[in-house]
Amino acid sequence: MDKHIVVIGGGPAGMESAGQLAKAGFSVSLIEKEKETGGHLNDWFKLFPDRRDSKEVKAYLDGIVGSGRIRILKGTRIEKFQSSKDGFSLLTDNGIELNADAVVVATGFDLFNSSRKEEYGYGIYDNVITSGDLEEMFRKGNITLLNGNKPKTVGFVHCVGSRDEKVGNFYCSKLCCVTAVKQAIEVREHIPESKVFCFYMDMRMGGAHYEELYREAQEVWGINFIRGKVSEASESINNKLVVKVEDTLAGRPLKIELDMLVLMAGMEMSEGGNEISVQTGLMKGENRFFYPSDHHYANNISNVKGIFYAGTCTAPMNITETISHARSAVSEVINFFGNTVA
Amino acid sequence: MKLEGKRAIWSEYQKEIADDRYFYVRSCIRQNFFPGSEVAFLKIMKEELNKDIYEHPCHTTCSGIGYHGDVVPVETAMTVVARQFALMTEAGYRNYVPSCITSFGLYTEILETWHHFPEVEMKVREQLRKATGREFVIPENLAHASDVIYKFRTEISEKAKYRLINKYTGEPLRVVDHIGCHYAKMFPSKGIGGAEYPYVLAGMVEEWGGKVIDYPERRHCCGFGFRQYLVQANRGFSVACSKEKFESMQSFRPDMIITNCPGCPMFLDRWQYVINEMEGKRYGQNGEGIPVFTYEEVAGLVLGYDPWDLGLQMHQTDCEPLLDKMGIDYDPDEKFNTKVPEQGVKVTDLVNA
Repeated sequence: MDKHIVVIGGGPAGMESAGQLAKAGFSVSLIEKEKETGGHLNDWFKLFPDRRDSKEVKAYLDGIVGSGRIRILKGTRIEKFQSSKDGFSLLTDNGIELNADAVVVATGFDLFNSSRKEEYGYGIYDNVITSGDLEEMFRKGNITLLNGNKPKTVGFVHCVGSRDEKVGNFYCSKLCCVTAVKQAIEVREHIPESKVFCFYMDMRMGGAHYEELYREAQEVWGINFIRGKVSEASESINNKLVVKVEDTLAGRPLKIELDMLVLMAGMEMSEGGNEISVQTGLMKGENRFFYPSDHHYANNISNVKGIFYAGTCTAPMNITETISHARSAVSEVINFFGNTVA
Repeated sequence: MKLEGKRAIWSEYQKEIADDRYFYVRSCIRQNFFPGSEVAFLKIMKEELNKDIYEHPCHTTCSGIGYHGDVVPVETAMTVVARQFALMTEAGYRNYVPSCITSFGLYTEILETWHHFPEVEMKVREQLRKATGREFVIPENLAHASDVIYKFRTEISEKAKYRLINKYTGEPLRVVDHIGCHYAKMFPSKGIGGAEYPYVLAGMVEEWGGKVIDYPERRHCCGFGFRQYLVQANRGFSVACSKEKFESMQSFRPDMIITNCPGCPMFLDRWQYVINEMEGKRYGQNGEGIPVFTYEEVAGLVLGYDPWDLGLQMHQTDCEPLLDKMGIDYDPDEKFNTKVPEQGVKVTDLVNA
């Protein structure tokens, strides 16, 4: 028997799923809309909490899909998706027809478009950037303002597009807190004379070693954590950012001048995921991520028989959780075929 | 500052503004503050743009000032507003244009409430019927008067006698635009340009030759804030609010301030005088204040209207520095030579004259 599984999405979840499915003996096609596999991992420099280079994880994933047993279609989108008698038939935008006995959807997430939080001035004020932009600077080893100078004061705004009724995202993206802590430390490492402030609602340090990193940020790196939401940013005559924030622990409003403001963009259902949802009839939850059959014991199973979920297309997850989730998706696929793969 | 970022936001927040046949409702306080502004608006609409614009002699306050001052319950405000809509209906108009920003905010809030809670609208209709015997239709188009001037800013520019250019330097005048809080902060989608980077006044300024200044306290309240001023004990907050704005804008060297709310020009104008009396401090150039205008006054100046016909003598911060920069020909001796209206004129003769 040679069951063919199509994995949609070539980020960590898709790569891990594809690799494990191939190991289990399935014939696998991996479809990625970008020119390269790896997803957001390609955009991140170092990973929390141990700050290992993301390239190491990418190298592992490349290894697992690089066995030659997986057909990888890069720069490819699904044009048509139809249920057929024996499974699914897919047509890509470059004219490739694929018949699948089962499908793993691993369409991941998109970073929240921070320009939607108009009050922070992303795309308007020169030195308002996102966590993604900062990672790019880390990768280049050059953290600079638009005028080429090094920032001496840097602020991080947590929960940009998360836990925010105004933009329609009630949920917590859960990884922005630890990312801010990591990036704040990295800014201090790159620019030792800099002062760094984190403006947060709650510090949600729920993962392994997150709390330790948070403590290190305060004790070793002297990062100032201020509990309060930033209400607005603007630009002064000398091109500094004027940031208004409420310090809820001190019980008073603050106005602070900063050189750079980093917006910790949350995670949203990906555009690719939304397209697949329309094509397949996959159900989405209130948070607009895919809605699994059961949150406790069927987290990889969808409302369409033969389609499975892997990774952050169902909810925000870190890399560790994503890889575990991808593996459990593979387990569900194996169960689906009654443990008789080959 | 990346202007293209703002332009992207501006393009997202546009709205339908009726082209003609407007039912105009005056503000209950502007006529005491800057009475020339509404007259100028009507003159521009009728004589420059040849539009059909009508005002009803039985129009009253919308009660928004009491609603936002916490003395008028919302249901009462709704019934008063329903009566205004009934006047519009009876006059045969469907495009409602309030002069006041708070009115615009209140009308928007009420229409949104009725849209989501039709039973409330039914109740208000019943109350209006019992109280006055009147019926009404919902306006087809609701636009603030500044939206209407924004819509016709190019037509005004084509007729311009003066532009917002500094005649001494040839540079665009540096203009602070201040938008009334009730214009878009409650319903961003109802304002040109949205709430964070409103374009309604910036669009006029750009079209007429000026340059808008973005300064840190741009979004801050003018100082009116209703309870900050209406409650006498709070008036220190009112002055402090305005002062915060002046301090913030001063380093950008503004030539003028343009506003679209009844309260904002009043407080930005008067409190400059008060701060100067209290602290001997002025925020404009050459030891002068920063002249403050309504958008109708600015449109009138651009069109070449006499500054004293526009009522600029009512301003406590002198407007002359700006008139001089624009190169406007005016007679300083006529400033307080008030034109007295004919005796025996009936109120009904003053509207739709």
